[in-house]
Amino acid sequence: MSQIELVGISKSYDKQQDVLDEINLTIEEGEFFVLVGPSGSGKSTLLRMIAGLEEISGGILKINGKSMNHIPPKDRNLSMVFQNYALYPHLSVKENILFGLKAKKVDKQERQRRLLEAAEMMGLTELLERKPRELSGGQRQRVALARTIVSQAPLCLMDEPLSNLDAKLRANMRIQIRRLQKKIGMTLIYVTHDQVEAMTMGDRIMVLNDGKIQQVGKPITLYNEPTNLFVASFIGSPKMNIGLAKFSKENKEIIVENQLHIPVDSAFVKDIHVHKQLTIGIRAEHLKPGTNENKDHFLEVVNVEQLGNETSIAFDVGSELWTAKWPGQWSIHVGQKVPVQILPENLLFFNSETGELIQSALKDKEQEVFAT
Amino acid sequence: MAIVMSFMTNKDILTGSMPSTFTLDNYVRAFERFPLFQYLFNSLVVSIVIMIGQLVLSSLAAYAFVFLEFKGRDLLFYLFIATMMVPFEASIIPNFQIIRDLGWIDTYSGLAVPFFATAFGTFLLRQNFKQIPKELREASQIAGMGDFKYYLTVVLPVSRASLVTLGIYGFLSSWNMYLWPLLSTTNDKVRTVQIGLKQLQTQEQLNEWGVIMAGAVIVIIPTLILLFFGQKKLQKGLTEGALK
Repeated sequence: MSQIELVGISKSYDKQQDVLDEINLTIEEGEFFVLVGPSGSGKSTLLRMIAGLEEISGGILKINGKSMNHIPPKDRNLSMVFQNYALYPHLSVKENILFGLKAKKVDKQERQRRLLEAAEMMGLTELLERKPRELSGGQRQRVALARTIVSQAPLCLMDEPLSNLDAKLRANMRIQIRRLQKKIGMTLIYVTHDQVEAMTMGDRIMVLNDGKIQQVGKPITLYNEPTNLFVASFIGSPKMNIGLAKFSKENKEIIVENQLHIPVDSAFVKDIHVHKQLTIGIRAEHLKPGTNENKDHFLEVVNVEQLGNETSIAFDVGSELWTAKWPGQWSIHVGQKVPVQILPENLLFFNSETGELIQSALKDKEQEVFAT
Repeated sequence: MAIVMSFMTNKDILTGSMPSTFTLDNYVRAFERFPLFQYLFNSLVVSIVIMIGQLVLSSLAAYAFVFLEFKGRDLLFYLFIATMMVPFEASIIPNFQIIRDLGWIDTYSGLAVPFFATAFGTFLLRQNFKQIPKELREASQIAGMGDFKYYLTVVLPVSRASLVTLGIYGFLSSWNMYLWPLLSTTNDKVRTVQIGLKQLQTQEQLNEWGVIMAGAVIVIIPTLILLFFGQKKLQKGLTEGALK
């Protein structure tokens, strides 16, 4: 088991702009920690700095309380899985799995024992004599994972390991990796740009953008209470619907994109009226189909996607495109005006200038309480 | 033409008529006239030594240019490549002086060593090594593998095709070398076959073309064999890195 501590870690190339800026973070033992962010956010760089493949420009990296800044990768006691698997093309699966152990001079019997165990676990027993080019993408990835298992390192780093796989296989591998991590109990740091992977796999997630930490927390917290607009639009699929809004005190309503008027009672918005420039956010599942009692918003449909179990509908709201997810199958045509229900308690409020969260959705919190 | 001529009698060749008889006399005489076996052996030794020397040195140099990071690496590499523009003939006099001072005249090392370093080989292998994903090096770093071991166990096996290409290329060009062996050798003991061939021509007042052709045919046989077997690999290797 390993516990990792990052204290003020920064990275800059050629003493110019910081790629990573003052990262402070603690990763607990046995935790599945996901680093997520758009490309260029510095997440891979951070991972490579933990691995020792990239020099640390500033700050201290501690593993199990010891400073690791100048320790070579091999002495950090970790394993790593790469996006392109990094299998040696001239070696068989078996030799690939054992490659690291040979370099570390592990005794032959022990090597054999670990090999069989790992091959069993990843379902590779039949494939041990094959060359990497004779394997499918999923099998290659399993070999890379088996390599991690045999190394028995307490810390494993994964750099977008699933992005070369097709969607179906990816879903499958997500479960496999998750189960593997729980079974072995290793600390795992997982880098991805795919927020679905982050949400479904991580014990905790860190959202990174432009080399700065946006938010660290449990997946569901990030979903319900994003600290800023970036996290709000990054986490969740489809992304959160966002629109500029104004609070009109006289009519007791919120005006979104000069189009939607949502009535609110004054107790509800006690913190909000201070901010003149507001941005509101609402999740796709909270844009509900209008009912007889509540159908005061009519929105024009610009796109309809039938997914079978649900229907995804896109609306034009001012300059923004909003998406709603309605359970079941709805026969709606493009161009139609459809009644939509928007409840003020589902709205998240952000400061338009800073992007910071002012107030998260009330309804979500309630549901959370019921669920637990 | 040369092959046909090598089987013709001298009379037929000089009158320019069609071959009237088939004879192996020329081959027998070629071997009698000069120590062809000794020459062939010398050529073989020199070519193989040059080939191995080139492979070792240029692969090591290419490894450094690709995997090791040091200041001025790219500049050094361009300097390296620039030496390709200097024709060998231009450096032949300094080379000669060096091996003379070393006392390497009439030795295999004098024949072979000046050709060990090749900018072309380094360039070819560098392009090839660059295609090895850098994750492989990183994975081996995490596994705790040093540079030299990585070079031996991963880089060389992975770029086998290019090594074979360079090997064949090096072997053939040194087999066909003429000017340098002519300068650096003075006796039959270390003289290579190309020089021997030339000697055949000038020894007689009247050139015996049949014999010369027989000698030439013997000399090109290794080239043909190598080309025949290596052609596929050679093509693959030379175009590798040219297209992505």
